[in-house]
Amino acid sequence: MKKILLGDEAFAQGALDAGLSGCYAYPGTPSTEIMEYIQASALAKDRGVHREWSSNEKTAMEEALGVSYAGKRAIVCMKHVGLNVAGDGFVNAAVTGTNGGLIVAVADDPSMHSSQNEQDSRAYAQFAMIPCLEPSSQQEAYDMAAYAFDLSEKHQTPVMMRLTTRLSHSRANIETKDAPAPQNERREPENPRRFILLPAIAKNNVKKLCEKQADFVKLSECSGYNKLVWGNDTSLGIVATGIAYNYVMEAFGGDCPHPVLKISQYPLPKAQLVKLVGACDKIMVVEEGAPFVESQLRTPLEDPRILGRLTGALPRTGELNPYIVAKAFKLDVPEPRPIPELVKNRPPRLCDGCPHINTYQALTEALKGYDSAKVFGDIGCYTLGALPPFNAISSCVDMGASITMAKGASDAGIHPAVAVIGDSTFTHSGMTGILDAVWENSKITVMILDNGTTGMTGGQTSIGAGSLERICQGLGVDPDHIKSIVPLPKNHEENVKTIKAELDYPGLSVIVSKRECIQTLKKKK
Amino acid sequence: MRKDIILAGVGGQGILTIATIIAQSALKAGFNVRQPEIHGMSQRGGAVEAHLRLSSEPIFSDLIAHGTADLIIALEPMEALRHLDSLASDGVVIANKKPITNIADYPPVEDIIAEINAIPGSKVIDADGIAASLGNARSMNIVLLGAATPFLGIDSKILKETIVGLFQRKGQDVVDANIKAFEAVAK
Repeated sequence: MKKILLGDEAFAQGALDAGLSGCYAYPGTPSTEIMEYIQASALAKDRGVHREWSSNEKTAMEEALGVSYAGKRAIVCMKHVGLNVAGDGFVNAAVTGTNGGLIVAVADDPSMHSSQNEQDSRAYAQFAMIPCLEPSSQQEAYDMAAYAFDLSEKHQTPVMMRLTTRLSHSRANIETKDAPAPQNERREPENPRRFILLPAIAKNNVKKLCEKQADFVKLSECSGYNKLVWGNDTSLGIVATGIAYNYVMEAFGGDCPHPVLKISQYPLPKAQLVKLVGACDKIMVVEEGAPFVESQLRTPLEDPRILGRLTGALPRTGELNPYIVAKAFKLDVPEPRPIPELVKNRPPRLCDGCPHINTYQALTEALKGYDSAKVFGDIGCYTLGALPPFNAISSCVDMGASITMAKGASDAGIHPAVAVIGDSTFTHSGMTGILDAVWENSKITVMILDNGTTGMTGGQTSIGAGSLERICQGLGVDPDHIKSIVPLPKNHEENVKTIKAELDYPGLSVIVSKRECIQTLKKKK
Repeated sequence: MRKDIILAGVGGQGILTIATIIAQSALKAGFNVRQPEIHGMSQRGGAVEAHLRLSSEPIFSDLIAHGTADLIIALEPMEALRHLDSLASDGVVIANKKPITNIADYPPVEDIIAEINAIPGSKVIDADGIAASLGNARSMNIVLLGAATPFLGIDSKILKETIVGLFQRKGQDVVDANIKAFEAVAK
């Protein structure tokens, strides 16, 4: 069947066609569309494929491992920074190994279109000692799903699928299978005690995992996704990974005079690399993300033949594109026209009618007169409160950090210390911070902006929305200091008063500011 | 056949709808398609862009190289200029006339229009005005798509079929309004 799909969707369709039983995820750009596609899929519905959002990437990771334990095929999907949250379960899943096929799909965001850093997940796969696939096209993203499940089941290992923004969020025509493969029957793992990571068992597992490494290298060397295409001009050899391979091909018009090693499966295919490096005077390494391959080839001996992001041949940070890559090879390319100076930036902003606007207006007014007040922000649309006209927050670091940074700042004497966090971010990673603050009755004011949805990624389920007062009470917050406000202009004076009263309270307060996201409200109409 | 097109505008203007119509039509016409777009935070009233590559040959890169785009279709005039570094020396711009001035330092719109008109073959179209005069202000993006059709290398019959398919579930009135919008400039 011919279809036009995003890279995310192609992978999702590939997983469904390969007998997927469960998809687990927390929304995060650019990975969100994997789960959304499965939620909308008739095949997934017919087959009862699990397709609900999880509280965070760690719970998603462990739920997917549970499906694997039961012998069925699962994917867990997240953005790159989500893998930090899932890190514990992720690394240890490599130690337990898998039963049913398990793919950890991680979408990296080089250039940080919608992220706080540009960490490269390939390093995580290497760290956990598991195979990693990096598709160069939507078709490969589709095909690799079935390949990764087979690999995962045959070698009892999770497999990482590393996607990047320009593949995740680019559509292409692909060819899909006509008949989906059946789902696995439930079956007990052989040697089920390998899932009990007591030291005695874990030691044995880690030894086995190390022994698998040589097999993983062989798999990469024999993989159809890694290919060495020879060229006569060996003054330069090229290593190109994932979608960077496309930019190299584009730069040379599909006909490269140099030998090119395309890498889409890790660990690195040693045999091909030895052949290429041995035959060429210099090697240009072109990769989307960190200098992951380059540094393995170059350091620690600083081999001057290896060129790439570390040597300045390519930019050290940011996404690649065909122009940058062509310039790196000193090819003759058209010079871009200048952009007229009259073009001004148009940054994202809070939507007209957004409840966060009214919350920030009330908070800003309530804080007037407190010279040393600090507001610690979090990850969501409300991070835009950092921009004019609000200029309302002092930090945005990682999911949940508003509460814990406010607590630390309060421990250090800052008052008032205010945290601003959304409903979905709160249930993702804010609740444990509240427990710390409850235990010490920290002098912080936590504002939970409950708009009923995970807004920034397009309006996905938010598990705790509407129940935040009860959740906070359950966590031990004094009910007298759990307040609710409705952020509307008509309530402004009253809301300012409520916030002011809690700022003056020398202990932990939670104020839930509750009004539906204007975007999800519009969609309902 | 090979066309490299940049689509530009502001979040909420309907860029991705045009991208979908062109991409699906290109597939029907037997071309390969690549269409990268920006999702996420940039949709919140910020600048939005999509690249669209159509080719009878295999396509390597999802992104269009600087200085090589055949066409910029912009739903907002300043957004057309933001992507001039992508446009080939013989490329053209089809831009909507009405500015979206949701920033404090929006430049004089006459200066923007003059910059666009200085590019040979380019057109600035009052797509909002035309859509409003047809009684369907929301079809502004389809008016502009109609204006860009002669540059796409796809039979306008196929584009119309795709529009019909896309809007069918919203009722015949919506389909008719969009076809009228699509044909407005061509006529």
